[in-house]
Amino acid sequence: MFSYCSDPDTLGTAAWFSCYLTTGVHMSFYLAFLKVLLLLAITAPVALGFGFLGAMAARSRIAPLRWLGKIYIAIVRGVPDIAFFLFFVIALDQAIEYVRHRVLCPDWDQPVRQGSDFVVCQAAKMPLGNAPQYIHEAYGFFLAVFTFAIVFGAFAANVLYGGMRAVPNAQLETAEAYGMTHRQTFWRILVPQMWVFALPGLSNLWMVLIKATPLLFLLGIEDVVYWARELGGTKTSKFTDYPHGDWRMWYFLFLLIFYLGFTRISELVLERLMKRLTRGQATAGGEAQRKAAA
Amino acid sequence: MSTCLQTIQDYALRSIGIGERLLPREGFTLCEQFTLIGSGMIWNVYFGVMALSIGFFLATGLAVAKGAQSRWIRKPAEWFIFVFRGSPLFIQFFFAYFLFLSLKSSYPAFGAFTAAWLGALIVLFLNTAAYSGEIFYGALRSIPKGDIEAADAYGMTGWPRFKRIIWPTMLRLAWPAYTNEAIFLFHATTLVFFSGFPAWQQRGDALYYASYFADKTFNPFIPYPILAVYFILVTLIIVGVFALIGKRLNRHLPAERHLRTRFRPNLMR
Repeated sequence: MFSYCSDPDTLGTAAWFSCYLTTGVHMSFYLAFLKVLLLLAITAPVALGFGFLGAMAARSRIAPLRWLGKIYIAIVRGVPDIAFFLFFVIALDQAIEYVRHRVLCPDWDQPVRQGSDFVVCQAAKMPLGNAPQYIHEAYGFFLAVFTFAIVFGAFAANVLYGGMRAVPNAQLETAEAYGMTHRQTFWRILVPQMWVFALPGLSNLWMVLIKATPLLFLLGIEDVVYWARELGGTKTSKFTDYPHGDWRMWYFLFLLIFYLGFTRISELVLERLMKRLTRGQATAGGEAQRKAAA
Repeated sequence: MSTCLQTIQDYALRSIGIGERLLPREGFTLCEQFTLIGSGMIWNVYFGVMALSIGFFLATGLAVAKGAQSRWIRKPAEWFIFVFRGSPLFIQFFFAYFLFLSLKSSYPAFGAFTAAWLGALIVLFLNTAAYSGEIFYGALRSIPKGDIEAADAYGMTGWPRFKRIIWPTMLRLAWPAYTNEAIFLFHATTLVFFSGFPAWQQRGDALYYASYFADKTFNPFIPYPILAVYFILVTLIIVGVFALIGKRLNRHLPAERHLRTRFRPNLMR
């Protein structure tokens, strides 16, 4: 990157590192951090949306819808999350290809599952076999994000369902006494009040989501873990201008510190948010704030 | 039926290196998948039980240390808990593995630490100690004031007061949350063989075998549900055992004051 980097062997330690840490592969490593942030930025709202729908369904007065919501909440219980990640990515991929196969190749007469092979016609491949590399990567990333959203949506649904049930019943009864319909009660009374009850659970979930991002590695994405392993491994002078020993330990130490800092900052922000949301609520926290101000 | 018995004989203890050496290569039967994945559960149970039972003591120590007056005791405990709760377990495994690897290259005595049975166990032990330490610390702070005052009134101080009043009450209050911690520790054990620690001679845990079958058959719909069944069973056993202990901890109280375990699935690492 710098002009003096053309012959790294002659450099002093500081200059050597300034060159080493700005090589092209290191740029990919830094880009992978952006991938993590992008994943969080997309997953968190989508999962919250899924969770909200799930919680609404679980409270529904229509029985099949209610069962659907409860089943969605229940599937993530009792099973390791990473098993879900491994399962969903293959299952989603195959489901999409299967549907495309049915639609695009109606005159295909062989079964899709042949023994231990999953065979669909060429036109149904997703992404298409001749697509450029970046489409493949984007599709993989999209699948991963969707998987994260489904799994975390179920967790969020559980939290929001609990939050909805924690809103004092008297509030809802009062609303009904004023002649509000079910829909009005839900949107005007229940939803604004449930956040303060759901926030501790949701902030916990956010922490869990941050800490789940390294699992991207298991979904075949070139994420921070992938690059840390690649870059840290022993390099001989045959293959690179910057030979070094096994530095994977230091790369992972850096990741560890990155995540620690990230969770610490989130903790501080969420604490402030909780203070803001507690204001004026009929809870012990809100009462304490009122007394402190008076 | 008899072939299934044969399969069980061959593969039931495969994950610890007893029985047939070669994993099945083709024509995977349901019986093979059930047996091998079940065999892998031996590792999950080993990691879970060992880490929990050793971690329990460190967790108690951490909770007391975090509640201590002296800065010199409190701060290290706070940092320990923050480091292990604030970073992903997955990264902790990777870091520990590569740390042990580079230690091994300078001191051969560290060879055993690069194997999963010891290295991963240490990480899990420290990790669960941090999580349970935080739970115990929370419980320690919510011990009713009256209990401690009563102990003081009886002239109890120091160790007898801790052993007979504070510690049992802390456990009683923490028990519902600790049950969840135990459940999620068992779930976390599935990460071990995906995080650097090699599965030597393909002796892996349940998820290792489940993903082996999913890779070979391109069909995730059989091995992963089997894994799920096993984990739901383990979860039920944990809930049962912990409920028994919880009952004993609560035995001096009328039934309606017993603390119930609520399943809170947001405790993952």
